[in-house]
Amino acid sequence: MTSCQTQYLLMLLLSVGVSAVEVQRPRGVPLSKRQFYEEGKPFTCLDGSRTIPFDRVNDDYCDCKDGSDEPGTAACPNGSFHCTNAGFRPGFIPSSRINDGICDCCDTTDEYNSGAACQNTCRELGRKERESLQKMAEITKEGFLLKQQLIQEAKRGLEEKKAKQADIQIGKKDLETKVEALRTVKETAEQPEKEAKERHLKAWEEQKAVIQMEKDKAKMAEVLSELDDDADGSVSVAELLSHSELDPDSDGSFTEAEAQGLLGGVDKVDSVAFESVWNNIKDKYTSEQANTETPAEVETPGEEIRETPSDNDSEQYPEDDIPEEEEEDDEEDEEEDQDDGDYKQSPPPTQTPDKKDEDDEGTMPPFDQETQNLIDAAQEARDAFDEAEKALREVDDQVKNLEKEISFDFGPNAEFAYLYSQCYELSTSEYIYRLCPFNRMSQKPKFGGSETNLGSWGHWAGPEDNIYSLMKYEHGTGCWQGPNRSTTIKLTCGTETVVTSVSEPSRCEYLMEFISPAICQEPPSLDAALHGHEEL
Amino acid sequence: MATFTERMAPVLVLWLAVFLSGTWAVDKGNFKTCDQSSFCKRQRALKPGESPYRALLETMELTNTRLTLQLINDNNKVRLLLELYRLQGNMTRVKINELKPLKPRYEVPDVLIREPPTEPLSLLSQDENGVVLSLGAESQRVILSARPFRLDIMEGREVVMSLNSRGLLAFEHLRMRKDTSQADPEAEKKEEADPAAQPEAAKEEEKDEDGMWEETFKSHTDSKPNGPSAVSLDFSLPGVEHVYGIPEHADTLRLKTTENGDPYRLYNLDVFQYELYNPMALYGAVPVMLAHNAQRTTGVFWLNAAETWVDISSNTAGKTVFGKMLDYVQGSNETPQTDVRWISESGIIDVFIMLGPTPKDVFSQYASLTGTQAFPPLAAVGYHQCRWNYNDQEDVAAVDAGFDEHDIPYDYIWLDIEHTDGKRYFTWDPHKFATPKEMLQGLSDKKRKMVAIVDPHIKVDSNYKIHNEIRSRSFYIKNKDGGDYEGWCWPGSAGYPDFTRADMRDWWASMFAYDQYEGSMKNLDTWNDMNEPSVFNGPEVTMHKDAMHGAWEHRDVHNMYGFYVQMATAEGLIQRSGGVERPFVLTRAFFAGSQRYGAVWTGDNAAEWEHLKISIPMCLSLGLVGISFCGADVGGFFKSPNTELLVRWYQAGAYQPFFRAHAHLDTPRREPWLFGPENTALIREAVRQRYTLLPYWYLQFYHAHRTGEPIMRPLWVEYPEDPATFALEDEYLIGRDLLVHPVTEEGARGVTAYLPGKDQVWFDVHTFQKHNGAQNLYIPVTMSSIPVFQRGGSIIPRKIRVRRSSSCMMQDPYTLYVALNLQRTAEGELYIDDGHTFNYEKEFIHRRLSFANNVLSSVNLAPEAQFSTSSWIERIVILGASKPSKVLLKTDDGQESQVEFDFDASMSVLTLRKPGMNAGADWNVMLQ
Repeated sequence: MTSCQTQYLLMLLLSVGVSAVEVQRPRGVPLSKRQFYEEGKPFTCLDGSRTIPFDRVNDDYCDCKDGSDEPGTAACPNGSFHCTNAGFRPGFIPSSRINDGICDCCDTTDEYNSGAACQNTCRELGRKERESLQKMAEITKEGFLLKQQLIQEAKRGLEEKKAKQADIQIGKKDLETKVEALRTVKETAEQPEKEAKERHLKAWEEQKAVIQMEKDKAKMAEVLSELDDDADGSVSVAELLSHSELDPDSDGSFTEAEAQGLLGGVDKVDSVAFESVWNNIKDKYTSEQANTETPAEVETPGEEIRETPSDNDSEQYPEDDIPEEEEEDDEEDEEEDQDDGDYKQSPPPTQTPDKKDEDDEGTMPPFDQETQNLIDAAQEARDAFDEAEKALREVDDQVKNLEKEISFDFGPNAEFAYLYSQCYELSTSEYIYRLCPFNRMSQKPKFGGSETNLGSWGHWAGPEDNIYSLMKYEHGTGCWQGPNRSTTIKLTCGTETVVTSVSEPSRCEYLMEFISPAICQEPPSLDAALHGHEEL
Repeated sequence: MATFTERMAPVLVLWLAVFLSGTWAVDKGNFKTCDQSSFCKRQRALKPGESPYRALLETMELTNTRLTLQLINDNNKVRLLLELYRLQGNMTRVKINELKPLKPRYEVPDVLIREPPTEPLSLLSQDENGVVLSLGAESQRVILSARPFRLDIMEGREVVMSLNSRGLLAFEHLRMRKDTSQADPEAEKKEEADPAAQPEAAKEEEKDEDGMWEETFKSHTDSKPNGPSAVSLDFSLPGVEHVYGIPEHADTLRLKTTENGDPYRLYNLDVFQYELYNPMALYGAVPVMLAHNAQRTTGVFWLNAAETWVDISSNTAGKTVFGKMLDYVQGSNETPQTDVRWISESGIIDVFIMLGPTPKDVFSQYASLTGTQAFPPLAAVGYHQCRWNYNDQEDVAAVDAGFDEHDIPYDYIWLDIEHTDGKRYFTWDPHKFATPKEMLQGLSDKKRKMVAIVDPHIKVDSNYKIHNEIRSRSFYIKNKDGGDYEGWCWPGSAGYPDFTRADMRDWWASMFAYDQYEGSMKNLDTWNDMNEPSVFNGPEVTMHKDAMHGAWEHRDVHNMYGFYVQMATAEGLIQRSGGVERPFVLTRAFFAGSQRYGAVWTGDNAAEWEHLKISIPMCLSLGLVGISFCGADVGGFFKSPNTELLVRWYQAGAYQPFFRAHAHLDTPRREPWLFGPENTALIREAVRQRYTLLPYWYLQFYHAHRTGEPIMRPLWVEYPEDPATFALEDEYLIGRDLLVHPVTEEGARGVTAYLPGKDQVWFDVHTFQKHNGAQNLYIPVTMSSIPVFQRGGSIIPRKIRVRRSSSCMMQDPYTLYVALNLQRTAEGELYIDDGHTFNYEKEFIHRRLSFANNVLSSVNLAPEAQFSTSSWIERIVILGASKPSKVLLKTDDGQESQVEFDFDASMSVLTLRKPGMNAGADWNVMLQ
């Protein structure tokens, strides 16, 4: 019961007592204004605008701008009529409802000349209202008691939460210290690890260079002997001409002059001079052996490729097949996937030992024990740090949740706190509505279909003097052509916590009626008044 | 700028489509242009020139009532039969049909209230070039020229109107399809045997063009078993620069020339989110055009219910004001002229030429053909509260209570389609509207009423009584293959009853009986929506033209469907009360004659200022062609109005004949009290002004019902000689005496109203300030302003005790507002009846109030009528008065008594206090 209703009850009880004595006054005038309408004396409009003879009061013509001369007729557009309503509560109606054929006052006094057959229903209405008000009063009383418990619970809950918050804060401090310490440990361990790894890598790079150079030399020697058809230990123009692929301008004719040019202008070079020639032709040179053994076909399946001892194999594939992946993974892979680079040359990682031998560079050798030890130590430090950091994050979340809950506006005495993290449902013929206070409101079709969000917790939305009487849930699922769904929850006092109805007064704007003791107002002590009334 | 806007429109549409998911603008691609409508394209390709038609004077027959003669098309030798009638009331009817059509061509039934009575035509002269006929007195003649055929209607030496003067008469004769005619030797034989049918047809084979025998638009194919059948005729109007009418279009009051675009289209269509200021077809069609100049008003009524296009051109359209002035100064001898051309897809040419000469003569001429506005129950003239949808009975009760709580009157609350059980009309949703009679009784207890929607599409559902009965009686429209036509609408798959059948309409009417329409009561009236008919999956969102109404194609009757639906529904409401109660039925689709059955509204408009603005010319255009009971959805249907727009719309709507707020399902609630106390007060005041003026509004409806004159009328109707009024469409008159200039601009600080009448005065109805006529008056406005003026020389009755509903005010007294002109005279009328039955035909009070020589008197205009009222005269307010020394009232029993008065010298307003005589009595009030 709202305080407003309580006042009605009081008024009702008071007026019943007073109206027992009928006081003479012009029709439609409330008792409180009786003194302005004195029989036989000129009447001054209540706004003071003019004074008229008394016989113009209620003469069915509007003389006063404020309508005060016609309290009992419909003559003034802005007048009002007072119904005494003995047995019920008195009230005002617009004077346009006098004699309009519709019974407005339960005492029938508004229809004194319209022929409308009105029944005096005041006693019945009064009885019903008293009953319902009494019932409301009982509910309010009980609800208010429950509310006190809720307030106590909320208080306790709040204290617990604050205590917990304090505990967690302490734990959190420890954790923070620990995280910082472990960070230092980690960083300390990572520095030598990094240096050792770099050393290892550098050594490997150097080694690779040496291997490369040796291979090149061997190849040159091999080519020299391949070219040196007459086995004189040197390469001549004629010998070179058999390799048309070396044609510098690739015009299809490899001339002697061109071959000579390749040999540095001489007809013949020996093995020493060939070294500089080799540098010019090695990119183009095709082994005679390969030419004969391998068909010109390039698009061979992986199986064959593997069998083909092609020198360029390992260089071509990474470029052609996996450039993107390489780029993406570059940084990540740096440390962990040192041998991945080779796997990715496709196809399989199951390389045969001899295949491995043929590889230009092979894989980087495993870390030496010393380096591996440094790595293991750093990893351990990292794991410990990560674990501590994760724990801290969890604690942080806890703190945040607690802070949120503690700072939530659960009403002046946190009486609405008990609704937090609860959900309430109402089932209608079509839908199940679900309200999780301070969280969200949703709707799910009873017979299949997905849930629709009718709004997330927004704010308290009641009028200024009763802000906790309405809740607003906003920004739900958008409507076609319309706004995002939203829900207004109207709270009324009751002894239970329950959803009583849901409607959609406007498209996608829902209205839910929700009963809770938390909204119950303190009932005024009515017992005496009620008791007094019954004696009448 | 105009061209720019026009050119930008498609871009704008696209822009909207992209950025607003295409929801806020008409999809023009759904509707045909003239080029996409094959007959329009064919006909429009004909250019003015010498007509191939020749009158065969030797075939002329002149009887006492009509002239007939044959016309021959010299190109294809097909003969037509011309009938010419002189009709009572200064009208001429011209009918042209094929002399021997292959099969009958459709002639529109049921629109004319009777066979128009004729007057004798007399032959003045005749020679081989033609004949001259007299149209009665006043030297009015028709000259019929033979070669080429043309008609000229003369007044003295001046041509009033010419027909076929541009040679655009065209008649696509019915013919056999070439590929089938060869396969049918009997038909050929028949043709040979009957030379009159296709006499010399072989001489000039007409070529089949695309679209003659089949036409495809989007995914829909129109099989055209009857082939081409279009008719067309041109009318020239010398001396005319202003033409009006042919609603419904969202366009200016004064019709535009159409040379640079499509013609105005008349084809009833459910246009989703229609666009303004273009000639596209809308929900209704009235093929009536008025032509006006300072000397004469005429009209053309083209009685054809098929798809119709109207082209307008003018020899002055391109001229600037300066150019016109130059013509004037230099004495250019070219008179201005407007040329009009009508094109219809099928049927015959049946034209009524209304010769005026005054605007009111034209209204009365048209009314004598198609009838007048139905006289509505008083409640229907009040305020209507609608929304798609009021959700359930509790919602209805809450809205009803809201009006009482905020002290705003209303008469009808409306239920849209959601109130039904699954869009089965004549039923109620069993959960939301479980006890409709309780709900209706609740409203009735407050002297209020309800309108529920009944659409013509019927859910195909074997558990639905209405459907089963229609199917078993074979009342559905058939598809081209003979089965029941089915289309998609609100209920899903739906059938469409054939309302062109009288037996179907009788049956439909019987469904409104209280024992048939369960849950209905006396205070439940009806709304017919979607009756174009709307077919969601049909061509142009309507019915296939090759659907069949008995022997006729839908093509022939399309524009009449909505007319028939409303006719049958209104008849149902009359019958359920045993012929006692006046029905109220609102329709969206309409045709000529629809005024006889109720109200129309301008369909699904939008909450935009431009839509508020266009509601005025749209309703003015309807009023000119007989449909007075017109309104637009207050607030706008689509979208949500801002508060200023909503308030302004209420203020404007309160001064339009049909006053109903309506809103789309997807828009937020907008009952009048939802926008803060200040705006509630503004809306309340607007609605209350409507209710104080109900006696005047009701009188206007009575007049419209008696005379066919529009209620809401353009200024030129009353000031036909004042060219300054000819294109005004931001202000209008209600009857003769109230001039309204609604505020339709956002953030307006003032409006400029043209007050007509050289020797007239106008009184601001709110301040009683007097203004001279024939001036443009700037009126500063605030949010509470509704600029309205009362004509000096008029007397307007009001009831200033505004109550909950109109019927609560029945017995209330009147206040008479007497506005004096410069001659210190005034006239007005008072009409009173029971407000809801047909007894008004005999039982009513109709009085003339006149003020002259300082005496105001009430004289009985209908002494034979019987009615008594308890209403009395509580106050007389005389504007522009001087102070009398005393005021005497003399009643019919000879008694004299003195009346008290109050004189406001600053405004010259004399208020007589409580004279008190009965409103139905004879009396004189003398100022001395």
